[in-house]
This record gives sequence, structure tokens and C-alpha cells, in this order.
Amino acid sequence: MILDIQNLKTYYQTEKGAVKANDDITLSIDKNEVVGLAGESGCGKSTLIRTIMRLVPKSAQVTARKMTFKGQDILSMPDKEFREKILWRGISMVPQSAMNALNPVYRVGDQCIEAIQAHTDYNKAKCVEIVEGLFDAVGLQAGMMKAYPHEFSGGMRQRSMIAMSLVLNPALVIMDEPTTGLDVLVQERILRNLKEIRQKAESSASILLITHDISVIAEMSDRIGIMYAGRLMETAESMELFNEPYHPYTLGLKNAFPSIKALDRELISIPGSPPDLLGDLPGCLFAFRCPFAIPECETTRPPDMEVKPGHFVHCIRTDHIEEFRKRAGDKKTWQSSKSAI
Amino acid sequence: MAILEVSDLKQYFYLKPDFLAKFAGGKEARIIKAVDGVSFSMETGEILGIAGESGCGKSTACLAVAKLREPTGGAILYKDRNITKMSKKEIRNYRREVQLIFQDPYESLNPRHTVFDLVAEPLRALTDKSKATIKERTMETIEMAGLQPDEYKSRYPHQMSGGERQRVGIAQALVLEPKLVIADEPLSMLDVSIRAGILDLIRDMSKQMNFSCIYVSHDLSILANISDRLMIMYLGRIMEMGATRDIITEPRHPYARALIAAIPIPDPAYKRPIPEIKGEVAQPIDPPPGCRFQTRCLQVMDICRNTEPPLKELKPGHFVACHLY
Repeated sequence: MILDIQNLKTYYQTEKGAVKANDDITLSIDKNEVVGLAGESGCGKSTLIRTIMRLVPKSAQVTARKMTFKGQDILSMPDKEFREKILWRGISMVPQSAMNALNPVYRVGDQCIEAIQAHTDYNKAKCVEIVEGLFDAVGLQAGMMKAYPHEFSGGMRQRSMIAMSLVLNPALVIMDEPTTGLDVLVQERILRNLKEIRQKAESSASILLITHDISVIAEMSDRIGIMYAGRLMETAESMELFNEPYHPYTLGLKNAFPSIKALDRELISIPGSPPDLLGDLPGCLFAFRCPFAIPECETTRPPDMEVKPGHFVHCIRTDHIEEFRKRAGDKKTWQSSKSAI
Repeated sequence: MAILEVSDLKQYFYLKPDFLAKFAGGKEARIIKAVDGVSFSMETGEILGIAGESGCGKSTACLAVAKLREPTGGAILYKDRNITKMSKKEIRNYRREVQLIFQDPYESLNPRHTVFDLVAEPLRALTDKSKATIKERTMETIEMAGLQPDEYKSRYPHQMSGGERQRVGIAQALVLEPKLVIADEPLSMLDVSIRAGILDLIRDMSKQMNFSCIYVSHDLSILANISDRLMIMYLGRIMEMGATRDIITEPRHPYARALIAAIPIPDPAYKRPIPEIKGEVAQPIDPPPGCRFQTRCLQVMDICRNTEPPLKELKPGHFVACHLY
């Protein structure tokens, strides 16, 4: 196992109380695996990666039962050691809006080389060789290393960021919305590049892919986690999650997502909006939008049920799932939930 | 009856020659042909989807139709009147009947106005209705947009979620009972779980109030869902236009084919084909003669390099601009 997180909590302290941006997240990533995390804005997916990368503000309160990377405890590790041993070498990140993450006054190639030199004592020639290889892998010509970021299109910048994240051959690459804001053909090319890179044996990085686009997650991931209001609602193998979803929120998302392969399917939105993460809500945070909620849902916090090996669901009503699946395809079902407009 | 008829619409922007070029011998101004000869017509009550990558001119074309920018050339006929030659009075009427739904509900609402004022504003500005009528009409429209009028009328934008704000934006557009609504990426800032509700709202209202709608988006999955007809643009020109289902299931133009092949499908079992396309989007600056798509097309022929393909009607209502057909 590359990354093992158990019961991670990240609370932001504010004047009004704690914002529970991540609340009891349990997630693991195996070697060579692509795990996709999907969720709406404000569901805590970006907080999760910031917590892993130690990018949360100092005031944030981070606790976990366990948080290890290749067996090393990365929760209590001193900052200096984390920076030297884990960052880039172990875990690298392609940040959100990677389009703007490059320094405009340095050549793109030099920025990649800088990342290598900051963490190793390789000589320049070796660095250039590494970057050339990766530029080639993401479909950029080696000559492009001499270019400045403004000479690149959005897609090229994003690809150079992906190349940069791979320079030290990390075991885990975290990608935060890697294709958001890019045109569909550019997105397609980047996803294809990622797949090609993964097929090459030498770089067998695991990927934690975070996006709100379920189609991208479906295409790329081996395993999928669905986040909502700071909690992980459901995790399962991709096929299983799509074919046999257990959580009502997952059922709702599936309904809401358009597909050009199902032109006749009516899209159904989930009424209401996510709750405020401030304060103490005792029960399931989806209960207010859930058409299948019973009074108990609002008072009892659901445990992570393992409904099948490796398939975890954060819901107390999983024994009624057959009925839910039948009813979820009907628009009227959703209009009956508490927050229906 | 066609409510809107756009013929040979052109919108050019002139780039100032840069300093060095001037120094080297006064190079002529370069031209960005953002929209270059676009023709289409719209029927009453119809939803036309315009798709294309960034820079294809889809938003620019809409701005011209909304009369927010004077086109460089071509004609836009609204109810058989050319909008560039309208009198002031006619323009005022046009502004009433043609409304916009904006992309970003976070930026497009005045933060100091309540929902009531936001929705009433177009009535106050463009009609001479009495206060009582305005109030009644405003409350009605807020409710139509799916918000409880009594609960929402005194709220400010910051007290609402993105979806609620976009409903206010739609109420603003619909309060004048428009005949044509232009929606430019109205969902792109909203979360997936609530998008379907906004789509339904636009579609239901279009049926109920019988207005036509131009829906602009780069997301073909959404367009496939909402639009009756689809128009695919590339670098300022129409590549393919026809019934949505025909284009999505059987695209003809090589560009449309690539674009549709590239759409990810929310199904892990689906194996997406590799789109047949090369290179990246060029700038619409001084385009070469011939087809705009020639530099990226894998089926490019000699004729594509020198003759611009006309928009041919392959079957009734299905147009393709490609020499292959």
C-alpha cells in the first residue's frame, strides 16, 4: 500500500467554531492504482490533498488514527524530513489551475530542472535528460524546454506541469482538477498522455485524481471515492461503483450527469445544496437532500459499512438499496426530499 | 416562422501592428476573424446549441446577435428587420425581447440589490408598467424560476448558493417575457448535482413561454441534452449544423467527429475511441485560404488548401462544410 489514511480529520478553526472540512476520511491507495475522488465544490476534496501535502494553514487542526506513506508516518514527521524525503520524491502534485502555476519569467524546462536540483545532486546534463524524456512522454517536443510559459497553450502548460510532477519518479502523484477549464480535445489528449505514461513500466506512479467531472473519473480510475460535505460517502472499484452504487448520493450524481451515450435518459438533479460545515450536525450530512432519509438519519452518524469486500458506504440504510435503486430513476422520488424546491 | 435569421455574419478585430514590425517596415494590421461568414436561422420556441472550443467565435457571434457589438459584416434579421438598421424605438423593443443569461452567477448580480430589485430592474428600466404590476410580475417570475418569492425576495446574492443565484439570473432574463434568450455557458460555474434543475428550468420555460434560445457551451454532453439543433463552430465558421441527435450519433465533419469522440462518458466500461485529429487550435488570425480545419484534419485533400468548403445540405436540415461530401 502506498498511501494509507485512516480517520483523517482536518478542521479549520474560525471565530464561529470549527469547519469540518475533512471528517473521518479513510482512504488507501495501492501501488500502481488510480484512485479518483469526485465531489461538488466545498466537499473537502481539495482540503484532503492539501492536508496530505501539508499545505493547510497552521491553524488547521489535523488529526488521524493513521496516515502513512509507504509505511512511514507522514502525520507526525517533522516538516524538514517531510520536505526532504516525501515531497516530489515520494508524493508530487499537479495543482489546481496548473495553467497559472508556472513562473512566467523562467523557461519551462528550467523550472522542471530546478525541481530536480532542489531534491537531488544530479548534474545539469542528467537533469536535462530526465526532463527531455518526460516532455516526450507528455507529447511536448524537447525544444519546448527553452520556451517561456506564455508561449504555451493551456494544454501545453498543463502537460508540462504533469511532466514536472514526474521528474523524480514519485510513487504517488496527486492531481487536482487536471483538466478543468480545458477544451474537450485538449483534455482528451492529456488523459491519453497520462494513460500512456502509466503503461510504461518504469514510471508506475499511483495517481490520486481529484475532479468534479465524473466522466473523467470513470475513464481514468481503478477505484472511486465519492465525497460529500467533508465525508467520504462511498468508495468502491470503478465498475462496481457505477454498476452497483449503494449510497443515495451516488445514485443522485449518476442521475444528474449527462452522457451523450444516453440521449433519452432524463437528467435529475439533487434538490437543495450542501450543508454548512460549521457546527455539529449529529447525523448524516446528506440526509436533508436524501429522498430515502428516515428520522434516524438526522440523528445517527452512519458508520462506514463494508457492503462487499472493498466497497464502503457511509449510510445506515444500505439494506434497502434494491428499492432505492429502483426508485432513484424516477424524478418524483427526488422531489420528495426535504429540501426539494 | 423564423424569428431570427443571421446571414454571412462577420466579426473582425484588427490587431495593431506591433512595435518591432512597424519599425521593420510598417507591416499591415493583422485581422482576427473571430466570426467569418456564419449563417443560420432560428424558429420560434427552438433551442439551438452552439458548440466549439475556446476561440471558435461562439460567444462573439452571440454578442453580435444580442446587439452588444456591431458586426463587421452580414445581416441579422429579427422578425424580418435588420437589427443594425433599427430605429431607436425599435432597438428599445429589441432589447426587451432579446435577453441574456450569463455564465457566472457570482459576478453578474449586483451584490447590493435584493432578489426583488434584481428581478424588477429590467421592468423598471425598459417598460412603463405601474408599480403594482411590476411587483406582481416580479414575484411571479421569481416563483417561476423555482424560488419561493416570499422567502427569497429580500435576500442578497451573498445569501444564496450558486444554483439559486443562477435562478435569479434566469428570472432577470425572463421577467420581460423575451422572444429570444441567449444563454452563454449558464451551467459552467454550477455543481453537477444541480445542473439538471437549471437545464430543466430553461427548457420548460422555453416551452411554456414559447421563446427561442441560443445555448452556447463547450460541453457537448449538456448540449446534447437541451438543444433541438446543434451548430458546431471552428475558428469562426460553421463546420456542421443539424438536428442534435443526428450530429451526436452520426457526426459527418471530421472536426465534429473528433470533438464528439473526445467526450468522456460517465461509464468505466466504455472504451472511448481516439479522436482523429492532430495539432492544437490555431488562432483565427489571417487564416489560410481554404478550409479552416485543414491544419488539423487527417483527411485533408488538395482542394481543402485552396477552396473554402461551402455549407452543403446533406439531407434536409443537416449542413456540413467539408469537401468530403
